[in-house]
Amino acid sequence: MSVIIAGALPPFTLNLWQDLQVILSYDFMRQALLAGTILSIVAGLVGYFVVLRHQAFAGESLSDVAFTGALGGAALGINPFVSLIVTTVAVALAMGGFGERLRGRDVAIGTVLAWVLGLGVFFLSLFTTHVSGTGTGFSGVTVLFGNILGTSIEQVRSIALISGMAILVLLVIARPLLFASLDPDVAAARGVPVRALGLGFMVLLAVTVSEATLAVGALLVFALLLLPAAIAHQVVSRPFVGLSLAAGLAVAFTWLGIAIGFYTGYPSSVCISLLAFVSYVVVVGGSSRLLKTTVKNSMLSHQGR
Amino acid sequence: MHLAFADTISFSWDLLADLQILLHYHFMQNAYLAGTLVALAAGVIGYFMVLRDQSFAGHSLANVGFAGATGALLFGITPVVGLFLAGLLAAVGIQTLNVAARQNRQSDIAVGAVFTASLALGFLFIHLSKAEYAANVYNVLFGNVLGIDDVYVAVIAWSTLLLIGVFLVIARPLFFASIDPDVAAAHGVPVRALSFGYLVLLALEVAVAVQVVGVLLIFALLVTPAAIAQYVTTRPAVAVLVAIALALLFTWAGLAVGYVTPYPVGFFITTFAFATYVLVRGGRLTRDYLVRRRAASRLRSHAGGAV
Repeated sequence: MSVIIAGALPPFTLNLWQDLQVILSYDFMRQALLAGTILSIVAGLVGYFVVLRHQAFAGESLSDVAFTGALGGAALGINPFVSLIVTTVAVALAMGGFGERLRGRDVAIGTVLAWVLGLGVFFLSLFTTHVSGTGTGFSGVTVLFGNILGTSIEQVRSIALISGMAILVLLVIARPLLFASLDPDVAAARGVPVRALGLGFMVLLAVTVSEATLAVGALLVFALLLLPAAIAHQVVSRPFVGLSLAAGLAVAFTWLGIAIGFYTGYPSSVCISLLAFVSYVVVVGGSSRLLKTTVKNSMLSHQGR
Repeated sequence: MHLAFADTISFSWDLLADLQILLHYHFMQNAYLAGTLVALAAGVIGYFMVLRDQSFAGHSLANVGFAGATGALLFGITPVVGLFLAGLLAAVGIQTLNVAARQNRQSDIAVGAVFTASLALGFLFIHLSKAEYAANVYNVLFGNVLGIDDVYVAVIAWSTLLLIGVFLVIARPLFFASIDPDVAAAHGVPVRALSFGYLVLLALEVAVAVQVVGVLLIFALLVTPAAIAQYVTTRPAVAVLVAIALALLFTWAGLAVGYVTPYPVGFFITTFAFATYVLVRGGRLTRDYLVRRRAASRLRSHAGGAV
């Protein structure tokens, strides 16, 4: 879709203000930017806790589960959005039920994920042979990679509604959740409901991931969830600064990526994720070099003394 | 392809006759041979994957295969080579990022970052290649176990032999390094080199297996048999054998049922595997519960006797 339009677009000029006006003069670009901004803020905030709690695998699995849920709904003739939400929340609760222990948790997630993917294949074959009849299964590609430029105004509205609630809930439970994530044992001793918070967070993650997957695809959701938060963790250690940095970075990546996609004609989800990945690599490389030189300098000064 | 055969074949209770029908066609013989070899290696590698708690890395390396396959299609390389190159790059990436970000406890962020980049590249490659890609994408994602030629069977056979051979050599130090990396390092075991080498082996297995079972389902053969094996026994050698046996069993049964019914083979393989996992875990839970109840009642009768 973006390729066809890209051919007829005005070229990139050095007058940035004019470029911005050109971008915003298209309806689909306004919707894409709006949806992208809202999703980035939620993904950045939720992602900070995902990284803190080492739940990247769970987050990634849930977007795969969303894929199966949507396909299952389509194959069985249920409203895909309902089946998507129900499936992801159910699987998220099951994953949360496996407990807070790090060791062995990933194996349980992996086993469930493997079966859910198998189910997805089954639904895909049902869907392509019985419903669409073409055998190409194009919808599967859309769910995996999405198209943020294709978000409709109704989707933007539902994204805004669900994301607003998610942010509200997250802000309410942010302090106890932070405590429970950093030191579950001490938090439990202090009377913080660690297990309930963990389950609640999984449900929040499931809802966020599934609504975003439907709109922009699994690839982009995971990129926005993980990479800005990982950069924030690498750079600052103060939690609330980190939270806002993660959300800010996610928004910046989305805007830049959509603009690059607009002018080059490449898919915007690819531009956003690669931009985020390159930034992460640069930050990790820079901070490890910085650490090495600091250590070396302090050692040298010690030897000098 | 197997859709066309589905209505001409019916299951009977004469198992020998069924087996003859199953192995009558050459493509089915190749499917069984390739599936067996892939399952053999997957059992061994999967055991270490579960032991090292690297399920996410396994899942990611499998998905990196997606970028490898689409890239190979775009640049005109042989798919297996493209897949292995992509896996190798990803292994290097995970290892480097892990060391640079100083995450010793869990590597999930480095793995996730590499995973995102590879998915994005895969999508970019699809976008750049002008060919009709939908069919190819589905072959890469879900494999095509019924369309394997003789040359490919030979490729799988040699690489499986290589994998098993390497594992026989490094099994002991790798086991040591997986169980307790700190003590192993203190004993002079090259822990970092082993963990990198393990990722490379995992990438090789994925590269070989993708053509057979697809990116999404190789992971099922890696993780589920090994997870069950860990529940059944604690002795490493026995656990590896159990994992191999289960992987073989699931593959054979999945192929047979997938051949008779019009549904994909991968669905049956994963469903058999997951059902077994649930049964074993459930059985373990009930046994634990019964043992605890018996102990509690014995305790109560003791207390009653004392009074």
